[in-house]
Amino acid sequence: MTFKETPDAVPAVEMQDITLRFPGVLANDHVNFTMYPGEIHALLGENGAGKSTLMNVLTGLYKPQSGEIRIHGKKVSFNSPKDAIANGIGMVHQHFMLVENQTVTENILIGLDTPRFALNLKKYDQEVSDLADQFGIHIDPTAKIWQLSVGEQQRVEILKILYRGADILIMDEPTAVLAPQEADELIATLKGMAAQGKAIAFISHKLAEVKQVADKLTVLRRGRVTAERMDLHDFTRESLASLMVGREVIFNLHKCDQDPGREVLRLEDVSALNNKNLPALRNVDLALHEGEILGIAGVAGNGQSELVEVITGLRPCTGNIWLEGKNIANKPPAFSISQGLAHIPEDRIGVGSAPNLSLTSNIIMKRYDQEPISHNWQLDYVAADTLAGGLKDEYDIQAPSVQTQARKLSGGNLQKLILARELSSTPRLIVAMQPTRGLDVGAIESVQQLLLRQREQGCAILLVSEDLDELLALSDRIAVMYEGHVVGTICSADFDITKIGLMMTGTLPQDLPPEVPELKSPAPGSVSDFDSVLDHVKDFEQIEQASPAGQPVVIPEEEIPPSEEPSRGGSSPSAQDLNLSEKERVLRKVLGENYNKGDEA
Amino acid sequence: MNWIEIFRSGISTGTVLLIAAIGEILTERSGIQNLGVEGMMLVGAMAGFKVAFQTGNVWLGLLAAIAAGGLLSLAHALVVIHFQADQTVSGLSLTFLGTGLALVLGDGLTGQTAPVIPSATIPLLSQIPYLGPVAFANHNLLVYLGYLLMPLTWYYINKTRPGLHLRAVGENPAAADTLGVNIYRTRYLYTFIGGCFAGLAGAAISVAIAPGWYSNLTVNGQGWIAVALVIFAHWNPWRAALGGYLFGVLRRFTLDLQGPRLLFGLANPFFFNTNLVFFLQMAPYLLTIIALIWGSSAARRKRIGSPAALGVPYQRGERGL
Repeated sequence: MTFKETPDAVPAVEMQDITLRFPGVLANDHVNFTMYPGEIHALLGENGAGKSTLMNVLTGLYKPQSGEIRIHGKKVSFNSPKDAIANGIGMVHQHFMLVENQTVTENILIGLDTPRFALNLKKYDQEVSDLADQFGIHIDPTAKIWQLSVGEQQRVEILKILYRGADILIMDEPTAVLAPQEADELIATLKGMAAQGKAIAFISHKLAEVKQVADKLTVLRRGRVTAERMDLHDFTRESLASLMVGREVIFNLHKCDQDPGREVLRLEDVSALNNKNLPALRNVDLALHEGEILGIAGVAGNGQSELVEVITGLRPCTGNIWLEGKNIANKPPAFSISQGLAHIPEDRIGVGSAPNLSLTSNIIMKRYDQEPISHNWQLDYVAADTLAGGLKDEYDIQAPSVQTQARKLSGGNLQKLILARELSSTPRLIVAMQPTRGLDVGAIESVQQLLLRQREQGCAILLVSEDLDELLALSDRIAVMYEGHVVGTICSADFDITKIGLMMTGTLPQDLPPEVPELKSPAPGSVSDFDSVLDHVKDFEQIEQASPAGQPVVIPEEEIPPSEEPSRGGSSPSAQDLNLSEKERVLRKVLGENYNKGDEA
Repeated sequence: MNWIEIFRSGISTGTVLLIAAIGEILTERSGIQNLGVEGMMLVGAMAGFKVAFQTGNVWLGLLAAIAAGGLLSLAHALVVIHFQADQTVSGLSLTFLGTGLALVLGDGLTGQTAPVIPSATIPLLSQIPYLGPVAFANHNLLVYLGYLLMPLTWYYINKTRPGLHLRAVGENPAAADTLGVNIYRTRYLYTFIGGCFAGLAGAAISVAIAPGWYSNLTVNGQGWIAVALVIFAHWNPWRAALGGYLFGVLRRFTLDLQGPRLLFGLANPFFFNTNLVFFLQMAPYLLTIIALIWGSSAARRKRIGSPAALGVPYQRGERGL
């Protein structure tokens, strides 16, 4: 961290005693937030803690009921985003605010007073690309937004702010939508901008990332500040988490040992096509037992979604799917549900819930036709509300009432709502796809605990996740998918992140190099050595090419000293990316989290 | 058959559609759909004719038509922008409202004659063989206005700052809002402008291209064709003009087909069988539908389509903003 605080400097942003109340929620409760030029200031908190609200106050979207804002020592009062822009404040929203069918330059020019009338895009294209060069951002100003990747779109958002001469940037969970290498590039860009004197507020709930990026830290919990302007190196992952959540967070879940019972689910020779009518599942055989969690690992798009959809009856297939002795293949979802199937879909808003309906309506969606909610042809809404109210308390869903629309819930609470509906039907089989993606630590913990409790009660759980740590921590067995095949299944005693990583790139278990087990990575959930995975891949494939650092390929028996690796978030992460092979890129995407952790250690 | 006459008259009647469609394009580009074009045109036609008839000044009539269309559209704007009502319902009611108003206020005008906007021939351009007599000779002045509107509107939408804001508001109002563009003001403005254009289109019928007031037969469904044309044109003024003229030509052509006893040396079926004429009259509409279907699949490939926020009310501070 190059930043040094100069106590006599004027803060770029000084927010004092900000209070903002929405109907039913106290979003910000006397919040203070101070930020100096040249610093990256992390704003940490769970979903719904009030981070985005606070920043929307700073950008003039919301007007606080009380409190004071000073920008560079001058007291200001914003009535619209335009006022905030005029004071040099810009925000990159989590959901990009871009016009899809306009060019990069056009998007940047929206809302500005110059050009007066005629656009003269050529001249402004040049200005935009000059500005981009100044901050080391690569972008084609004439490209239409829909032609750009998510990472590139984010760069447009940043340029939009820079073009307006902003010296205070607010990034709302900027890495949530990015692939690992894109995130690295972003972090390098942000550091470069901070070095040029910009003050950057970095909203996040990812602890590892915050430690990597930020100089200072403010933590919010339920609308209140629990840590103000702290130095980051004073904190550990655990202490940060407890500041956010307000209690100790258990990162290492306790999973009791239990023997699997009889078979609940069996897939025999199941094949299916994807939406483009190409084979997505190829002759899949799987078995799942009572009290067992079967993890499905794999790079996204290797048939996991299709697997979930054929089991839940949402996609036609060939072959047999036996649930509790009944063939549910190609049966309507209602039949599988009656056989004890619960589905926690990947898309919480589109598939998992009806966003415009109330909590109650969402809760009764699977049992509106059963007693006591159904009376012949009528619905008993009193009984429904009672049921929903009970589940709301039991699953600790934070919402003003059971009549609240589901879309008003934060991600974690929406997921709890879905879990409440699915788990309260005492399922025999739970199919969960990415159940913790995008959730904050507190919510992740409770979702995982809920799944483990179901396991103890003898439920069979199929868990599809791209988070290897989660799979290693929760699963009894892990099946690895590659291009629609189940490449192999590993039991928890043999869990090995290296082996799984290799299988995710299509290597069959019997073909794995014999050295691998000897270099077994540490216990699940803890630091894992990503570099060794990469080297095994190289060794195994006998790729004779330079390693990322430009050094010869290292023989797996030799441990690589960490110092020889180029440091993460250093000066040229993109140049380093260029040297990666396709396979490495894949592995890196999968194991990115582990890679970062390994580096920090 | 006189081909020059067919094209001449196609361009004339197409101008009405062109003006109304360009107005609706401007409105829809801001994210507001106004299905009341028919009603606004009728009110414009009535106001234009009535004022021209009573004052004897056709230019005052034209101004009255523009103002009447604009005023009526403000009712739609208020309901859908301010009160966030359903735009389809409000647009349909606007048609009924406009039709009713025009019939009541236009009572007694039928069969009267009022001054008409003059025609003109453009020197030099009218000398061009074929094109000259079709496009530049002895046309109503509003036809020439139509020629100017096409490139000007296209330039305004695509190459100017206010046009950029217009597109941004129609595509992603939340984005425009965070950048300080006033969404409500923009939408009011372009709904009003669209209404003005519809009023002008109405007057283009009653005091220019097909002069006279024949109650609701004056406009006779052309407002609806203009709305369909906007979709066919993918919200592009050039294509709207092309579609307008094409429709005009087709209509005149099917009319002329019914005239002669002999067609290409054979007995003309449309002359002898009145039932076939009904099918003939359908043809322009049918062809427009076919063009619409064909056009929309081509548009999907090129990613041009309806403004993304068309018909969606905007409210600041919704979750996710």
